[in-house]
Amino acid sequence: MPALARRIAVMLALPVALIATWWFASTDSQNFYFPPLRTIVETFSKLWFSPQATQNVVPSLVRFSVGYIAAALLGIAIGIPVGASRNLRNVLEPVLEFLRAVPPPVLVPVLILFTGLGNEMKALVIVFGCVWPVLLNTVAGVRALDEVLAEVVRSYRIGPFARFWHFILPGASPQIFTGLRQSLSIGLILMVVSEMYAAKDGIGFALVQYQRSFAIPEMWSGIIVLGIIGIVLSLIFRAFEAWILGWYHGLRQSQRAS
Amino acid sequence: MARAASSMLEVRHLRKVYAGTSRTVEAIQDVSFAVGQGELVCIVGPSGAGKTTLLKCIAGLLAPTSGEIVLEGEPVLAPPPAMAVVFQEYGRSLFPWMTVHDNVALPLKHKKIDASRREKLVRDALAAVDLKGVDNAYPWQLSGGMQQRVAIARAVAYEPHVLLMDEPFAAVDAQTRADLEDLIRVLWRRLRVTVLFVTHDIDESVYLGQRVLVMSHAPTVIMEDVTIDLPDERTQLETRSLARFGELRKHIYSKIQLAKQGWRPPSE
Amino acid sequence: MSAPTTDVQARTSARTIVWLQGLAGLAGFAALLEIVPRSGLVSPLYLPPFSTIVVAVYKEMMSAEFWTALSDTLEAWAIGLAISVIAGVVIGIAIGSSHLLRTLTHSTIEFLRPIPSVALIPLAVLLFGSQIQSTLILVVYASFWQVLIQVLYGVQDVDPVARETARSYGLGTWAQIRYVIWPTTLPYLMTGVRLAAAVALILAITSEVAIDTQGLGKEIADTEAGGAVAAMYAYVIVAGIIGVVVNLGARALERHVLAWHPSMRLDGAGARA
Repeated sequence: MPALARRIAVMLALPVALIATWWFASTDSQNFYFPPLRTIVETFSKLWFSPQATQNVVPSLVRFSVGYIAAALLGIAIGIPVGASRNLRNVLEPVLEFLRAVPPPVLVPVLILFTGLGNEMKALVIVFGCVWPVLLNTVAGVRALDEVLAEVVRSYRIGPFARFWHFILPGASPQIFTGLRQSLSIGLILMVVSEMYAAKDGIGFALVQYQRSFAIPEMWSGIIVLGIIGIVLSLIFRAFEAWILGWYHGLRQSQRAS
Repeated sequence: MARAASSMLEVRHLRKVYAGTSRTVEAIQDVSFAVGQGELVCIVGPSGAGKTTLLKCIAGLLAPTSGEIVLEGEPVLAPPPAMAVVFQEYGRSLFPWMTVHDNVALPLKHKKIDASRREKLVRDALAAVDLKGVDNAYPWQLSGGMQQRVAIARAVAYEPHVLLMDEPFAAVDAQTRADLEDLIRVLWRRLRVTVLFVTHDIDESVYLGQRVLVMSHAPTVIMEDVTIDLPDERTQLETRSLARFGELRKHIYSKIQLAKQGWRPPSE
Repeated sequence: MSAPTTDVQARTSARTIVWLQGLAGLAGFAALLEIVPRSGLVSPLYLPPFSTIVVAVYKEMMSAEFWTALSDTLEAWAIGLAISVIAGVVIGIAIGSSHLLRTLTHSTIEFLRPIPSVALIPLAVLLFGSQIQSTLILVVYASFWQVLIQVLYGVQDVDPVARETARSYGLGTWAQIRYVIWPTTLPYLMTGVRLAAAVALILAITSEVAIDTQGLGKEIADTEAGGAVAAMYAYVIVAGIIGVVVNLGARALERHVLAWHPSMRLDGAGARA
């Protein structure tokens, strides 16, 4: 078998086997909570490929994207000066460690106090929850910038903007991406939880509705949708990271080879 | 100590003291010398002689405790545009996220030169260091010797009047080092640039330099300013087997041995 | 040149300065929290002053409810974490030791990992309502992957020469695991435990907020709904303190294990921070 076909076969072997087992094991299921997979699939296509679906999926993704991107920018913007100044770091580190240790879902009730039940609450929850991993990893990344490179920058009199764009940002980017990855999963959790807790649209909201009205196949289909969104977001993130950090992966590979 | 009428670079009574939280270290006590335009001067000394400290002060990267550095008549208070530095750790002195071309071009972007001239400088510099076809490669894809050539190209493209090199070949293998030494001499002659070359390798200092400044142990002073009266045309094979080469080498070596034992020249 | 004692002294005084700076930061934060509500910048109805919150914390700590909630959260966290770690280690070593299993399961793991465990909330509610099992489902599903991934990295990092040698000496599976695989995997496992501990706490509290299972999260939701704002913030701060303790504890454990154990890692496996 040609190499590529073999790779694809191996990749799909277990998932296909698991799905097939699920399918056949649940065919005649009378269990209320675990309907036949077939039913779920039928419900899935009926439910999520309809215009109604966009009413739930789109707002969720919009809130998530807005919150996540705002958190990323905020985290990097604050993280860089803090990382660059030892004194700022020493002063702020305990406070930041405390703030990031507050489990983000806790913020849902808190923010409801301030901003009610609307979109702002959900976006803000995501921002507050996602900013910490980005911020703290940015600080770590800036701290770890190579001193020799810093001297090169000084000796060639490279200006402040170029220093930021060509030295600080790329130098800290591997660590920043670690934070961005953590924020991705936290953001998803917060998106769903905020919608389950208090919302009038969104995937989390839909899921809770189905569960409360015992629409079980619909509920399962919703779980699968969330899963797919998680996977797709993760793939998009990986592709983005591979693009930006291509140099870094190459560098590490060459270091490991030596 | 001769002071050339038109010295490019003057170091006057340089003193550097590191004040730590618990103790102070006098790295450099009193160093004075002048480098004429177009000279190739080597600085050699035992480890712990503060050679790198000296170079960093001259480069404007480190503020001296007292004394001054004068470049072309102007005091050096910050890294001057007429100087370029080549560091020892070539692997860490090149930006790993930029291609070779971009690495060489980056300092030029701040000299406010127009793009076409910048491209020409980059191209010429890479050709001058004998690097072909690596413009779009990343530094970590190249061997150590090639990386150091990129760093040298970057310094050359900057069109400096003074080239400072801080033990640039300490971390490459002997064969590559020989090639790079010859490259430096070629570049020096062609570009007519003033070179200050720090090394711990006595043979290298004699092979390369017109003068060799021998440093003492910390607190550092200059032990001796040795004139290298070897022919201008130097090759690895022939020059190093000259009798005079051996004499100079022995002379400097014995001075360094004295330095290691703590001997210091009588103060002037 | 200089006596070693002055160096140590210098280092300790430098460390004290760092501590003091950090304390100053915390004090400044508390002062901010005190002034902003009092000045009316933010309504004290939404954000009570720091002193009021501190009083509320004290009051809550006097109540039995507080300690029940705290122990409920910690119980769910600890049990979930334990299950994740054991499962992660066992499955991780089993999969990691076999090239076949690794390639077969790779895609499945990569598919299942990014699925947010909160997706399971409706299912958990249907099956177990507001009991601790719901929380455990969420906690285990989320933390398990953290441990598994790190253990897989660790097993992969095992020196193949060492394994061959062990096998050629006739060491059985158990001995191989004990003498070859385990020491290499341990540092990775510690990273996994640290990440899993943080995630487990987040999910435990998430479950309490979203599903109303007993614990700190539920108290926060209830106090918010009941308008006891100061009490709500008290619980938020306690949750934060627990989080800090968990983070610090996990990091200390990781450092301790790595201190006496020569780290055989080539690079920093696992995420930092």
